[in-house]
Amino acid sequence: METAKTPVNAIECKGITKRFGTVVANDHIDLSVKQGEILALLGENGSGKTTLMNMLSGIYHPDEGAIFINGEEVRIESPNDAQSLGIGMIHQHFKLVEVFTAAQNIVLGTKEKLEKPKVMQQKIATICNKFGLEVDSNKKIYDMSVSEKQTVEILKVLYRGAKILILDEPTAVLTPQETEKLFSILRKMKEQGNSIIIITHKLNEVLDISDRVTILRKGKSIETVNTKDCDVSSLTELMVGRAVSLEIDRPENKEKQAILKCVDLTIDSLDGTKGIEDVNFEIRTGEILGIAGVAGSGQKELCEGIAGLLPVKKGAILYKKENIVGKKPLEIINLGISMSFVPEDRLGMGLVASMGMTDNVLLKSYNKGRGPFINRKPAKKLAQELVKKLDIVTPSIETPVRLMSGGNVQKVLLGREIESSPNVLITAYPVRGLDINSSYTIYNLLNEQKMKNVAVIYVGEDLDVLLELCDNIMVMCHGKVTGIVNAKKTTKEQLGMLMTGQEIKEVAKDE
Amino acid sequence: MSSTETNAKKQNRFTLRTVKRAQLPKNKVAMLRLAALLMALLAGAVFIMIIGSNPFAVYKTMVEGALRSKLAIYGTIKIMIPLLITSLGITLAFKMKFWNVGGEGQIIMGALFASYFGIFHGDWPHAVLIPVMFLAGMLGGGLTGLLPAYFKAKYNTNETLFTLMLNYIALNLVIFLREGPWADPTSPGYKKFALFTENGRLDKVFGVHAGWIIALVLLILTFIYLKYTKHGYEIDVVGESTATAGYAGMNVKKIILRTMFISGAICGIAGMIEVSGNAGTMSEGVTRGVGFTAIIVAWLAGLKPWSIFIISALFSIMEKGSSVVESTFGLSAACADVLQGIILFFVIGCEFFIRFKVTISKKGGTN
Repeated sequence: METAKTPVNAIECKGITKRFGTVVANDHIDLSVKQGEILALLGENGSGKTTLMNMLSGIYHPDEGAIFINGEEVRIESPNDAQSLGIGMIHQHFKLVEVFTAAQNIVLGTKEKLEKPKVMQQKIATICNKFGLEVDSNKKIYDMSVSEKQTVEILKVLYRGAKILILDEPTAVLTPQETEKLFSILRKMKEQGNSIIIITHKLNEVLDISDRVTILRKGKSIETVNTKDCDVSSLTELMVGRAVSLEIDRPENKEKQAILKCVDLTIDSLDGTKGIEDVNFEIRTGEILGIAGVAGSGQKELCEGIAGLLPVKKGAILYKKENIVGKKPLEIINLGISMSFVPEDRLGMGLVASMGMTDNVLLKSYNKGRGPFINRKPAKKLAQELVKKLDIVTPSIETPVRLMSGGNVQKVLLGREIESSPNVLITAYPVRGLDINSSYTIYNLLNEQKMKNVAVIYVGEDLDVLLELCDNIMVMCHGKVTGIVNAKKTTKEQLGMLMTGQEIKEVAKDE
Repeated sequence: MSSTETNAKKQNRFTLRTVKRAQLPKNKVAMLRLAALLMALLAGAVFIMIIGSNPFAVYKTMVEGALRSKLAIYGTIKIMIPLLITSLGITLAFKMKFWNVGGEGQIIMGALFASYFGIFHGDWPHAVLIPVMFLAGMLGGGLTGLLPAYFKAKYNTNETLFTLMLNYIALNLVIFLREGPWADPTSPGYKKFALFTENGRLDKVFGVHAGWIIALVLLILTFIYLKYTKHGYEIDVVGESTATAGYAGMNVKKIILRTMFISGAICGIAGMIEVSGNAGTMSEGVTRGVGFTAIIVAWLAGLKPWSIFIISALFSIMEKGSSVVESTFGLSAACADVLQGIILFFVIGCEFFIRFKVTISKKGGTN
């Protein structure tokens, strides 16, 4: 179907509409990507970015509107159709077979899987050379780091002849250094005439990599601008719809007292592999300790270990000088240690998706009253208070939380934890996937707690936020602490180095 | 075929697609359900005509057969009692996402435990024997429910297979006891269990054995237990996610064990009522498949106690009616089963259309 090379758009979407029940996820969206261009798709959470991309890759089907690929109207019925049109999507969560090698994953589902391994490897090597990708095609996926896995995902779509690449938040799991590497690969692809759509929340990256930016807000395409005419604040304004201050407060609390200390803490993760090893740190009241690290570096095991959900193998957790290792989760909750972990699917732990706010607020306190019956009255009152205090948007406090938007759900979670007036507040990824407004509400809540002499542990992804919000940052790599640094005196690059297990001194030498 | 032709063919290809519906208003849902019922009756009518009967007469007999007289209604209620109770029992486990398909086995074991006292201690006074049999029935069912729960909690075994297999173990245990240890010595011919004495029979209240009172009490208790107690709340949370439950400080293992004991115990009560109220003795056919039918009832009712009451009533009417149709029209039992199957097919299938709509779209452009 290839015609002569005319400057048609690689992708053109006209008036795309997609409804899920009464929810309009995409409302007459227009979008175009030129050949040899990187387009960034920007929007708050729930603005319809992923829905739109899923339609381009054949997972959903538009209810209205038309899609043109290279100037020709097409219907993308399935991921196979998308593939034959040269569209390849790299999802946020990798879709790889863990026990297969890179090469096996790359050819999986193609007819070439029957060819000789040597031929395949040559083909893979050719693609790698072309775009500057590096991969050991005989390495098994479970042995790979996150960025290696991502490379395999990219190779997978390139191997299938993709000319149009869609990347859904590819940098969320990468260190700054790995991100830079990814971007140089993307630039190479662009030079060779490929078109790329990249979804990301990080505005600096948008400015860094893209040629143009299309902004979505509440399912509508608001505007498309040239990246070179933009800066962070103008993009934010377009995204949110009004000017927003981007500074995160870091108030100083002078009354610091040691409260929780981990000594030589070793914890295995659920599958029996090493979770964390010999972790030592101390946190004081009135401070926020940030924990940085590539996803899966032991953050989860650390949180769950302190909360009593995972058995501690070695070492001690001293809370007010008393060892709490071996105590039951309920006892630890009653001591005033609150843990909230927002997992990737956001609802997995901490909230019950099918229950309303009232019953979710009850989760940790339902057992307090006497007798066999549950007393919902105080919870109802508390839920109503939370709605008012945190501006939670919900049709009613009995609406199942899974029907609420991500930001509101996380406010419910954090609100409940704070209402239990803890002494230690452990919160992991509380702003995961949240838009700017909601994120700032959460930061303010954490700061409020800090000023109330609560010791806050904040496990985060965004290094910029960690550096601005926290007092100290502990960096983890492969379950070990690679450094505890003062957030005011540290740079993002230094954190990045620590995240990959290198020491800061070496950084200085290298650069 | 030239490429334009293939293209044209592609353009005309129709595709069926399911689209999630917005929440339908209640009257529309009711309309859909009514339509499903009509279609079920229509399809059933075709089947009845094929086997050479008059569909109107058959349907009339079915409804009349279940409700025409006091006696018919008593019969329907007798069918409904174990079905309602077992559905309630299973619901407890299902709410916890513990797939207890062992209702059959739990009913049998409940019946067996109760029968021990009914057969060997028939001389005990009525006021003692009945409560003892009741408790024994609960214990029998409860322990049978506890066993798979223990292995689930301890070794994470698959509860579906485990409870299913226990059904057969229970059934064959009954046959073993009937053939030897518990066989009625006064019956010289084929082996069977001895009849209970009058002391071991449930009293009749308003014409039907007192099982209906027990069933109604259990209905109310289950409703309260699930909705207003801490235990009910725990079941909900564990059903949603054991990780969340552990995080909230709940003892997940204890909750699984406790809930499955209660679930099995309720099924065991159904077994006790069947032997003591209905049959008057133990038999291998004591369950009449109720343990499996209850799964359908519980699901159709969305695990809501009051809906379970209604659905189990409808099921019982259908079953009683079918048996009357069988004898009146001289049809085989299989025919009635086919008819029931057809009706169920439409009624259950209708739920899909309440949640989704099917659209037809042409290939090539969506204008």
